[in-house]
Amino acid sequence: MEHEVQRVRQAFLSGRSRPLRFRLQQLEALRRMVQEREKDILAAIGSDLCKSEFNAYSQEVIAVLGEIDFMLENLPEWITAKPVKKNLLTMLDEAYLQPQPLGVVLIIGAWNYPFVLTIQPLIGAIAAGNAVIIKPSELSENTATILAKLLPQYLDQDLYIVINGGVEETTELLKQRFDHILYTGNTTVGKIVMEAAAKHLTPVTLELGGKSPCYIDKDCDLDIVCRRITWGKYMNCGQTCIAPDYILCEASLQNQIVQKIKETVKEFYGENVKESPDYERIINHRHFKRILSLLEGQKIAFGGETDEATRYIAPTVLTDVDPKTKVMQEEIFGPVLPIVPVKNVDEAINFINEREKPLALYVFSHNHKLIKRMIDETSSGGVTGNDVIMHFMLNSFPFGGVGSSGMGAYHGKHTFDTFSHQRPCLLKSLKREGANKLRYPPNSQSKVYWGKFFLLKRFNKEKLGLLLLTFLGIVAAVLVKKYQAVLRRKALLIFLIVHRLRWSSKQR
Amino acid sequence: MDPFEDTLRRLRETFHAGHTRPAEFRAAQLRGLGHFLQDNKQLLHDALAQDLHKSAFESEVSEVAISQGEVTLALRNLRAWMKDEHVPKNLATQLDSAFIRKEPFGLVLIIAPWNYPINLTLVPLVGALAAGNCVVLKPSEISQGTEKVLAEVLPRYLDQSCFAVVLGGPEETGQLLKHKFDYIFFTGSPRVGKIVMTAAAKHLTPVTLELGGKNPCYVDDNCDPQIVANRVAWFRYFNAGQTCVAPDYLLCSPEMQERLLPALQSAITRFYGNDPQSSPNLGRIINQKQFQRLRALLGCGRVAIGGQSDECDRYIAPTVLVDVQETEPVMQEEIFGPILPIVNVRGVDEAIEFINRREKPLALYAFSNSSQVVRRILAQTSSGGFCGNDGFMHMTLASLPFGGVGASGIGRYHGKFSFDTFSHHRACLLRSPGMEKLNAIRYPPHSPRRLRVLLVAMEARGCSCTLL
Repeated sequence: MEHEVQRVRQAFLSGRSRPLRFRLQQLEALRRMVQEREKDILAAIGSDLCKSEFNAYSQEVIAVLGEIDFMLENLPEWITAKPVKKNLLTMLDEAYLQPQPLGVVLIIGAWNYPFVLTIQPLIGAIAAGNAVIIKPSELSENTATILAKLLPQYLDQDLYIVINGGVEETTELLKQRFDHILYTGNTTVGKIVMEAAAKHLTPVTLELGGKSPCYIDKDCDLDIVCRRITWGKYMNCGQTCIAPDYILCEASLQNQIVQKIKETVKEFYGENVKESPDYERIINHRHFKRILSLLEGQKIAFGGETDEATRYIAPTVLTDVDPKTKVMQEEIFGPVLPIVPVKNVDEAINFINEREKPLALYVFSHNHKLIKRMIDETSSGGVTGNDVIMHFMLNSFPFGGVGSSGMGAYHGKHTFDTFSHQRPCLLKSLKREGANKLRYPPNSQSKVYWGKFFLLKRFNKEKLGLLLLTFLGIVAAVLVKKYQAVLRRKALLIFLIVHRLRWSSKQR
Repeated sequence: MDPFEDTLRRLRETFHAGHTRPAEFRAAQLRGLGHFLQDNKQLLHDALAQDLHKSAFESEVSEVAISQGEVTLALRNLRAWMKDEHVPKNLATQLDSAFIRKEPFGLVLIIAPWNYPINLTLVPLVGALAAGNCVVLKPSEISQGTEKVLAEVLPRYLDQSCFAVVLGGPEETGQLLKHKFDYIFFTGSPRVGKIVMTAAAKHLTPVTLELGGKNPCYVDDNCDPQIVANRVAWFRYFNAGQTCVAPDYLLCSPEMQERLLPALQSAITRFYGNDPQSSPNLGRIINQKQFQRLRALLGCGRVAIGGQSDECDRYIAPTVLVDVQETEPVMQEEIFGPILPIVNVRGVDEAIEFINRREKPLALYAFSNSSQVVRRILAQTSSGGFCGNDGFMHMTLASLPFGGVGASGIGRYHGKFSFDTFSHHRACLLRSPGMEKLNAIRYPPHSPRRLRVLLVAMEARGCSCTLL
């Protein structure tokens, strides 16, 4: 393991991954991989999660292609230095932010969207000029295998490697030193990752989870609301970190909600959901049993059918759920939707705030003020109002959690930024040493004044002309010895500026 | 008996009640901080003089004025910073409202160091308050004079329902770190940084760690030795070298070293006189422990300039060491004192190689008349920040973020970066409850035809969205 990581580090130190051209080439190669080997990739995802080609494509592959294209288009601009606003002291200098790669980055993927959750971070890491070690989830075996097979065929084999394995291998891997770790998974392992990272002072991005609440207001079109929720909840058989985990609504709405979700399920998946090619399965038996145990003692309004052999769990809705029961104690990550009745929006807000900050929060209402209140009085990674999941789709949003749902964010440029060091740079010249005499000891009271003067650079417009004149006067005094021509040009500039400022202040 | 339980609970309750959210409240806190600085200037100067023998100039310029500047900047920009930031939308979200909401994290812990006890305590505090958090401040127990002022006087200027100062040494800090915070901001050594991050991991608390390292300073043959000496000496001996971004060691050719030594001596004499110990402009070492550590370093290499020390005064003369080996202690740990070792290299390549063999520093300096050389060093190394042809001037620009990379730190702050550091950036997408027809394509049952439509939509990409 150590040897592998060393090899990747040596590759990074060679500097190969840094030039823009190389990064673009690698991203283009990745794009080719996704397009040429689409069938293999879809088949792998399909066999891990019983996912149809359409779903695998539309949920995973499209996002990856979109992200690659977005990087290719914008990378040339992103890697350039960005000048920043200067103050009086640095007026004549160059001041900018230069993005630089961090070094060797570790990406630990998840099993629920095994392709996109591993490759989307990879895209940003490559774009930022890093070397990358990818550790796909061992639970989505087929995708892990296909990634290990395909990536070396298209990408630089020393800079980007796949390491597969279980808990033991991952623990070994985490002992090594990285320059950034991006982990997608659960809270428990998130803590382990951060603790391991702390030993090396490695920054981390943790994309975790939680119970994402979904509040349904009286004042809404339940038909539409239930369609949207059904779509988001049962997508990938509920195994989505930002799926609406549970519903909060007034008791009187429960029956209608159940009815409408039931109708929508039928519309989406047919009479016999088990036969629908668009309905996935639970990833493995352990999770199957886990979700099953959440149903114990619950009032199943509809659904509840299971088939252990195929790890099938029907789209299920529970009503009048007691917040103290098991199903409300852990992230469900399955096709079970509890409805917890609350008296009103106040109770809903309190309910949400009593719990850990979730990765996503959903609120459905025609009342814009209510939505605003929900957002103002709660906290979560992200919010979608009047829909679910969708804030994930916009890559101008940073996607990430807060509190126990995670730290850091990525998607789009945010991935590039996550995997870069934005280095502040100030380039001065060795000339104009005279101006520095102000700062050198021995100090005096007047120097204290001038020191503050130059540091606290906020002045109103009327004084600005005078100050500009003073400062340029000092500069001119230093320059006059050498650059007479420059001085003449500057004098004209000073004159014009002061004249303009006097004129504009006279206007008042 | 947990001494912090009550305080933390009180602060959390205040936060949950929403008191710190309105802009007026935050502005009032910031104004209070400003008044603290203005009303107690002499008190602060005296405390800094007591702790570090800081001159009025240094106290004003590097502590009070900087803090004041940050307060003013935050007050001026608070509402702009707090505003929801609208983001570009894609085809699927064209009709929606998409913005990033800046939210406070909640309960923030700021652990401050002793070398710039006002600056490095209050500047993070400005950011935390501006972002609407409740703050627990843990000033350094080592800078005792300043700790007293911060503990006794500062709370009078802030709303104590959302702000508390806790005191103590390593043991108490360890106990404090067992509690859950929503953000931890730590300035100090990498060793303690690891302890802080490990403690934070147990609660999944995000952190900013402003650490340190050995900041290299490359001096090219192509430059004026006196100008370089002036600049390097000033930044090295400022605060008696106890600055995380001070040039830690010099890299130059033996020829340049010959020219630099008399220039450095000249600068030191001009700055501090013939007897630096009697100069009011030179600081002192913070305590005996640091003094003893530094005095031991004086035995490394050969003393070319300075080398005197006085235990009673905790005084160490502005010193330059030469003939220093990489394996000696002075090149193994961050010096954090008025000692400048010179390591000889045979040119830029060797300097870059030397720098890259070591941990990424907090700051990196390169002096040369040739901008090519400066830019080359910039491009081929990594560090928290970089300044060409001067010392830590890059820190005076609030538009530049301040922070480390690798072992020199995680995260950054100053100006708006402070506000962003102490805020959670929450993605908010408000969709219309109608226009349901547009969503039809995403609902099952899916057909091969739909896949084709989707592919066509992707081809005609102006968007990078999914699931149209």
